[in-house]
Amino acid sequence: MPTGVKEIGCELAIIGAGIAGLSAALFAAHRGIETVLVGETGEILFASGLMDLLAVHPLEEGKTWDDPWAALTALRRDIPEHPFARTPTADVAAAFDALLAFLKNQGLPYRRRPDRNVEVPVAMGAVKRTYCTPETVWNGVRALEEKQPCLIVDFDQLRGFSARQIASTLEPRWPGLRTARLPFPGGTFSQQYAEQLAMALEAPRNRASLACDIRACLGTARSVGLPAVLGLYRTEMIFEDLQKRIGVPLFEIPILPPSVAGLRLQDAFHRGLAAKGVRLLPHHRVRGIRYEHNGHFILDITALDGEHTLNADAVALASGRFLGGGLRGDRNGVRETLLDLPVYQPKERAAWHRQDFLDPRGHPVNAAGLIIDDQFRPLGHDGQPVHERLFAAGSVLAHQNWMRSKCGVGLSVATAYAAVNAYQPIDGTRGEPGR
Amino acid sequence: MHIQVVIIGAGVTGLGLARDLALRGVSCIVVEQGDFNSGASGRNHGLLHSGSRYVSSDTEVAAECLEEADLLKKLAPQCVEETGGLFVAVEGDDETFIADFPLLCDKAGIPARALDIKDAREMEPCLSDRIIAAYEVPDATVDPFKLALQNFHQAHQNGTKLLRYHKVVGFKRNGGRLKSAHLVNTETGGAVFVEADQFVSAAGAWCGEIARMAGADMDMVYSKGSLAVTHSRLSERVINRLRKPADGDILVPGGTVSIFGTTSLRMDVPSDVRPTVREVDHLVSEGAAMIPEMETIRYIRAYAGIRPLIKSGDDGGDRSVSRGFILVDHADDGLDNFLTISGGKLTTYRLMAERTADRVCERLGVCRPCRTREEPLPTDPAWEWTEPGLAPREWIKHPDHEDPLLCECEMIPASVFDSVIGSIRAQGGSPSLKAVSLRTRMGKGACQGSFCGARVTGYLCDRGDIAGRDAHAELKRFLQERWKGERPTLWGGQLVQSELKEAIYCGLLGMET
Repeated sequence: MPTGVKEIGCELAIIGAGIAGLSAALFAAHRGIETVLVGETGEILFASGLMDLLAVHPLEEGKTWDDPWAALTALRRDIPEHPFARTPTADVAAAFDALLAFLKNQGLPYRRRPDRNVEVPVAMGAVKRTYCTPETVWNGVRALEEKQPCLIVDFDQLRGFSARQIASTLEPRWPGLRTARLPFPGGTFSQQYAEQLAMALEAPRNRASLACDIRACLGTARSVGLPAVLGLYRTEMIFEDLQKRIGVPLFEIPILPPSVAGLRLQDAFHRGLAAKGVRLLPHHRVRGIRYEHNGHFILDITALDGEHTLNADAVALASGRFLGGGLRGDRNGVRETLLDLPVYQPKERAAWHRQDFLDPRGHPVNAAGLIIDDQFRPLGHDGQPVHERLFAAGSVLAHQNWMRSKCGVGLSVATAYAAVNAYQPIDGTRGEPGR
Repeated sequence: MHIQVVIIGAGVTGLGLARDLALRGVSCIVVEQGDFNSGASGRNHGLLHSGSRYVSSDTEVAAECLEEADLLKKLAPQCVEETGGLFVAVEGDDETFIADFPLLCDKAGIPARALDIKDAREMEPCLSDRIIAAYEVPDATVDPFKLALQNFHQAHQNGTKLLRYHKVVGFKRNGGRLKSAHLVNTETGGAVFVEADQFVSAAGAWCGEIARMAGADMDMVYSKGSLAVTHSRLSERVINRLRKPADGDILVPGGTVSIFGTTSLRMDVPSDVRPTVREVDHLVSEGAAMIPEMETIRYIRAYAGIRPLIKSGDDGGDRSVSRGFILVDHADDGLDNFLTISGGKLTTYRLMAERTADRVCERLGVCRPCRTREEPLPTDPAWEWTEPGLAPREWIKHPDHEDPLLCECEMIPASVFDSVIGSIRAQGGSPSLKAVSLRTRMGKGACQGSFCGARVTGYLCDRGDIAGRDAHAELKRFLQERWKGERPTLWGGQLVQSELKEAIYCGLLGMET
């Protein structure tokens, strides 16, 4: 935390602390680019922990894919404006490999079948098709496939997670699921957030007590599904420990936000990126970006400890959509919030949303966003890049619908990789202070 | 048991009538195609009119409103918030209308006190600095849901039944009399025939259709009115625009929010009404003239209802159609035991019920007089939770950490759901997610069901009230119902909220498939 630092400099300033911004910082660090990442908490806190690549295309047909790479090929052919159309398969694969290797090193291992999507049981008994899952979720993929005799556990204290609901909803495809409602060990209040439960399991005493309760109702269950609260900072150890105490494979069932999955990712990224020399300015808000006459950028930043300026050769916008703050919808149009870049969007607000919330085609406003060139540079009104070294990545990009295509993480990671690789260092010195 | 009267429609008129008749010892059944208040009774401002609004158009309605509002304040204070009201004119409003207003109020007996502009703006700081006249009137607000529920509660205690999700599809006639109503259960498709001596249609916008099924004639005008709900409360009082009734001229506080309306749009049929982006934009710009903040404040949803108006000969537009009620005796259509009660206002619902009950009793030979004019409306604690702001007040007074808040925006703990579910069952209903949400403030807050939708569904599953794919389908319906209201207000903060909601229900849960 650069307390007291009023002016700093870097090659690449990444704006946005979601998956796109964090993975852009990772890829930039791998390229040896001097990087500062600045952003508020971001959408990552709402993450489920699952990593989608691509599962549904075309939306109009609601066609689901087992092979995400084949889906990508079809999508590139059908929607040439889609950001994925500018990310070759080999690059997307390389980006995922790099990301998963990084997270594994940070103690947050993921599991996947390289060429297949998998189905994961999630909250409310829904089954989500995704690409990679945290190691702690993976046994659920297998349990569902094998229709294992399984016990689903929920807790008095955790709202919005009902084992009975999960079992009764999954019953047609996964009969015979048993449920148990347990008091969460060490809890005092009836109502707790996932984060508090996860923290409580850091204590061995609580794990012992939980394991004992679960063993008592295990019966013939060959695996046990629990809400995804098994630890926050030491998940790998806590999960293994619980599994050993209970004696059968466990799996976490992703829950509704606010969940701990995003906190785990955030923690892993922050530790790992800092170790790679990335300067992190979390909880900082970029108020504005100025173009310098010499082709550099100056970012005006607000933090708890005051105002900063950040000089950068290049900027990557990974600022997200409405929830992340990269876009803003006014009554008469969608705007990009930092540079007022042109935003591709429906003609009028009446056309933003369909009459049916769950219309499988999704809402037209979801395709609104920044239009980019092959170098992932946002285009101005003249159709030319706004700046040679201004890039954009992630959900702020136009012509995609990550929520309906189930491609959120894939889109973020692939476009972050592409945007970072498009950056070319400039010659000459800048001579800003702070270098 | 022999049923004397079938009441069609569980809006506030039908349920008010049920109570009135029950208190006179008449056995009734109320049949309703949806749940209670599913038409105009649940889609209005919640304004308890002092009558001032109608002094220029209909002095009779104005006087009725004044008298009935006074009665309700006295007899059903649990449903009323005595906010008071203002009438304000802004630069450019009709000077003659402004000048006539106090005289007309005086004529109708409505106390309207002229205010200094400065005082008015001190009383309601949200008012524009361009107001040119202001009057204080005894307007108030009423919770139409609580009113309907408490009315029916007393009727039910006196033996009245309510058949929800039963749609009238026809009648059996016997000469000049209706013999039975033919109902279809909209959930199971099963047919039910209910015989009675008297039939009353209090079906609101569907009165025309019901009358046609009975072989009678009713010419209805369907006027759609849309209203927008703000994220926070803008004013303490009701604020009316001091001009000839037009679009976007009444702001009504509702607990922690304000409700602004309305529009007036002629519709061909009374079904599938929903507020539109265009209507909300129109309301926002109309409202901003009186209250500039309406241009910038966050809106959380909108809703639309149909005003059931009875067509009159001359067509001076829907705003000029009388808001008085009419009791139609279909004897002229050759039916001796069929009445329609229609038109009117929420404010005058009790009077409408009284007049209708008088006629029904006269026909049944029942001589007991109306009791609703003197008897207070009793309060049942299970039916209080539609009141905006009640749950948070109770929670702050008696926080119980063993009682988890399932809806955080409106601060509704699990025990409230338990109480409501118990009472739904006691009345013979089944506690679906929709039934529960209609009887509480669940989903009405800023998150519009993003979190409480999933939590309460899970809770109902835990309790064993619903399960599996049915629970899933109920949640889908609940989300779609919220969406109808949210859709036209999705910009700024509410757009952010809806994106999160879509990320949860589509991105994670894949509910669109």
